Amino acid sequence: MALASQTIKRNMDAWQDINAEPYIQVEGITKSYDDVTPVKDISFSVYKGEFFSLLGSSGCGKTTLLRILAGFEKPTSGKILIDGVDITNLPAYKRPVNMMFQSYALFPHMTVYQNIAFGLKQERQSKNIIAERVREMLNLVQLSGYEDRKPEQLSGGQKQRVALARTLAKRPKLILLDEPLTALDKRLREETQFELVNIQEKVGITFILVTHDQEEAMTMSTRMAIMDGGKIRQVGVPHDVYEFPNSRYVAQFIGSINLFDGIVVEQEADHVLIETHEIDCRCQATHAGALPLGSNVTLAIRPEKIMISLAKPDYQYNWTRGVIQEIAYLGDVSIYYIKLDSGKMVMATLPNLLRLADRTFQWEDTVYLFWRSENSSVLTS
Amino acid sequence: MKLKSLAFIITGGKRKFIEMTRPHDSKFWMGIIPTVWIIFFFMFPLFIVFKISFSESIFAIPPFTEIFNFTKEHILEIKLNFKNYISIFRDSYYLSAFTNSLYLSIVTTILCFFVGFPMAYGIHRVSDRLKTVLLLLVSLSFWTSFLVRIYSWMSLLSVNGAINSILLKLGLISAPIQFIGTYYAVCLGMIFCYLPFMIFPVYAVLEKVDKSYIEVAYDLGCRPTKTFWTVTIPLSSSGIITGSVLVFSASIGEFVIPELLGGADAVTFGRVLWIEFFSNLDWTMACSLSIGMMLFIILPIFIFQKRTRS
Repeated sequence: MALASQTIKRNMDAWQDINAEPYIQVEGITKSYDDVTPVKDISFSVYKGEFFSLLGSSGCGKTTLLRILAGFEKPTSGKILIDGVDITNLPAYKRPVNMMFQSYALFPHMTVYQNIAFGLKQERQSKNIIAERVREMLNLVQLSGYEDRKPEQLSGGQKQRVALARTLAKRPKLILLDEPLTALDKRLREETQFELVNIQEKVGITFILVTHDQEEAMTMSTRMAIMDGGKIRQVGVPHDVYEFPNSRYVAQFIGSINLFDGIVVEQEADHVLIETHEIDCRCQATHAGALPLGSNVTLAIRPEKIMISLAKPDYQYNWTRGVIQEIAYLGDVSIYYIKLDSGKMVMATLPNLLRLADRTFQWEDTVYLFWRSENSSVLTS
Repeated sequence: MKLKSLAFIITGGKRKFIEMTRPHDSKFWMGIIPTVWIIFFFMFPLFIVFKISFSESIFAIPPFTEIFNFTKEHILEIKLNFKNYISIFRDSYYLSAFTNSLYLSIVTTILCFFVGFPMAYGIHRVSDRLKTVLLLLVSLSFWTSFLVRIYSWMSLLSVNGAINSILLKLGLISAPIQFIGTYYAVCLGMIFCYLPFMIFPVYAVLEKVDKSYIEVAYDLGCRPTKTFWTVTIPLSSSGIITGSVLVFSASIGEFVIPELLGGADAVTFGRVLWIEFFSNLDWTMACSLSIGMMLFIILPIFIFQKRTRS
């Protein structure tokens, strides 16, 4: 999470600058096969030097979209522009786009050197330039001295680096990453996430990442697009998507969240009041758009935003009471499952400041839950 | 985990029941089936052929002398006859049969590759449904009699056959061409018969080649034709080698096709073998020729393998 805030800063928020010219423009891309439409009228823009993620569960159309960007699939309709040039009808081998495959697809009959040099050879670069560039790339991915190895002699992490080096070697305008870290084990994956961002910053190439791993997307991207059913549900910086989801789908997809159905009973300039039969008192939320009185809404609160106490809090709104049913101990935090009087189960996460035995709350304890007005969000869809 | 095996060991007339531990126990037992099969049905007959090749030809049943002879004076006489082997090298008839066969099967193998690879590649690229149909049609040729297929070629290629009459009608030729009796006809027949041996292994390997290798090549700016030569062909080399070895080994000993489609000059190894064995009843010469041919093919492969390994 710490890195996410870093990455936001580094691009001076080009996507918020009205005058900024988008570098990659995807306009109304649709892809239909005989009976399915995996990509439905998708439009988005990516700015130069961005690390943009397409996040979604399997079958959401993200991989098809990536393949359309790479030129392996032709869109049924729509346009793709890179740096102002329409590349929609260019074949893959003429696009200034390079993709890193999930399987890495390193040519097994070539050495590491030949693999990295492959793209440069197609450009008919001179031998010296190729050798120079390959050395530079191997330095970048910290694999100097591996030139003559065959892919089968490399570990999973090394293969991933070679694949990255091969993708970077031509210095394309856009790099596509298809689930680049899925094949690595957890530890290596976390290390590689940071490394990938560092490399991207060094080379300054625009990246589009496809992943189903929200943690990966949140750590690495400047902005991310949440995809579902062939459509983009929300685009934003990771922080915004997490804190201010625009729909129940996005709220539930990114992290865990408690959702309460209710209706708007009071509408003020800076807040709304929501009444829900699932919580004893009314709830105040500051982050809500203009909502007519009586409209059906969903109140969403992240588990870590909920505070727990044994005594009744001094709150007029935003509190409720329940009994602790389950405690899931995760080491750094514990997740408390609390059953409200209404029967609703609520999840709350607390850092384990104390050791297990000294814990304030135990099973079957009746506790009060409360949260601040600015920490909940109101969803209408 | 070490698997334990039980084995009986007979020592001094007593049967002992002992326990043995072998680290690769299952491997050992798995190896027994092919080993036993090869010893009984290949090595043993080969040894008999080897033995006959050193005998002398006589008019008798069987038509060869025994190599080992245990005389009344309790002397084991071993009489090895090298005459046949020497005549292979001395007699230009046998040498030309060898070279003819070699030439024919090399040409057949190369042409099978040039016909078979595009076919395999084509089958690999079509839709799944068409793929099944095409594969079935290719294997269909295995289910019709080999002889019937060659006879059909004979009638097609004959002076009054379909091919000549079409060419005459089209005005491409003024007089019918004598196809039968030429090396072209023999080659055509061999390619026709052994093409599936090339298509199937190549197809199987092409199917296994991950599509993403091709896509990566495109992605890195490699045009489709160049991708074919720099990625597809190298990645399917194992299938090409298997197919070539199959076609070559099957065609080198071919007897029927040169006999039916070839002329008197198409003296191939298979035909010579047939003549020696059935017309001349010279089993010893036939066996020597077989052994000679076998060494002639195996030795280069053996040396090649040794070299590539080191």
